[in-house]
Amino acid sequence: MMKLETILDLMKRLKLFITTAFLIYFMLIPLPAFAMHVMEGFLPIGWCVLWYAVSLPFIVYGLRAIKKIVSDKPSLKMLLGLSGAFIFVLSALKIPSVTGSCSHPTGVGLGAILFGPTAMTVMGSIVLVFQALLLAHGGITTLGANVLSMAIAGPFVAYATYRLCRSINLPQWMGVFLAATLGDLCTYTVTAIEMALAFPATDGGFTVSAVKFLSIFAVTQVPLAVCEGLLTVIVFNVLSTYSVEELQELSLFSNKGCN
Amino acid sequence: MLCKNVILLFLCITIAVTPLLIHTKASFTGTDDQAVDAVKEIKADYVPWMRPLWTPPSSEVASLIFALQAAAGMGFIGYYIGYKRAMRQKTFKDSTSEHANKHD
Repeated sequence: MMKLETILDLMKRLKLFITTAFLIYFMLIPLPAFAMHVMEGFLPIGWCVLWYAVSLPFIVYGLRAIKKIVSDKPSLKMLLGLSGAFIFVLSALKIPSVTGSCSHPTGVGLGAILFGPTAMTVMGSIVLVFQALLLAHGGITTLGANVLSMAIAGPFVAYATYRLCRSINLPQWMGVFLAATLGDLCTYTVTAIEMALAFPATDGGFTVSAVKFLSIFAVTQVPLAVCEGLLTVIVFNVLSTYSVEELQELSLFSNKGCN
Repeated sequence: MLCKNVILLFLCITIAVTPLLIHTKASFTGTDDQAVDAVKEIKADYVPWMRPLWTPPSSEVASLIFALQAAAGMGFIGYYIGYKRAMRQKTFKDSTSEHANKHD
């Protein structure tokens, strides 16, 4: 009888311990974040913390940006959902590449063009968390690093590219294509740099490592980035036929068609 | 628009399929796995200090989850486009019937 009580007591303690552990775990990661795929456990802890610290302000700012969109322009909610859905689809497509390996596009370019880069930081982060938890793709410890590459660097480069293309009067479709393509490439370049910083080669240091990781991530990514560019133009074409009002509201659309 | 998009989609498929035709003997593994090998080459004694909380038990289960992810996304995109298209047709219809009424 005594023994049973001890076991029950022990179980209670264990339950408390597990609950606390989970609470701490989730409190440490208060916001959803997305990873362009540094594998779980493959960054030394210092780098994990650093990249989390870098990414967090962008996520906070992004949440504010989304809140503002939803409250100021409720008619754009559906379009915001669409740009999130686009990330979901594209990051599930593992496409073979010329290097004989597979990788997948990111899909953040579309939303970055439509809603600005920080809104996509949040959307990208959600997909990263989903893939880290359910697919063992990316990771929770490496989430900060992955958010930085896929949900911050990618969208910002895409956004800047689009703005630049428009300011020098390139056609809209070309701006969209270049933005999505370069944003995608940038994501993987940043991932390679993050890996190289954490694992400098004993012989040659950062540069040698960077070349090595770049050859894995970025080169495979070139054809996929072009694919992403094309797919983004396809969706943008559809939007410029059916969602003229929304695009006008986002001032992406001045007179007529995108092509 | 439809014609343009079909051409773009065709280009996209070509880009994805060409590697399969060129490298008939390649393994087409994920870049993540190759990065793991590269880390081992650079720092052989590195031990990952955290494992994924849950790993899909097989590649079939993983592909199920990937398919669900894509399906969820595509479901919403399809809904959005269908909704927008119907709305546009409706406003178009309304405006033409108004126009007709004025004539009566």
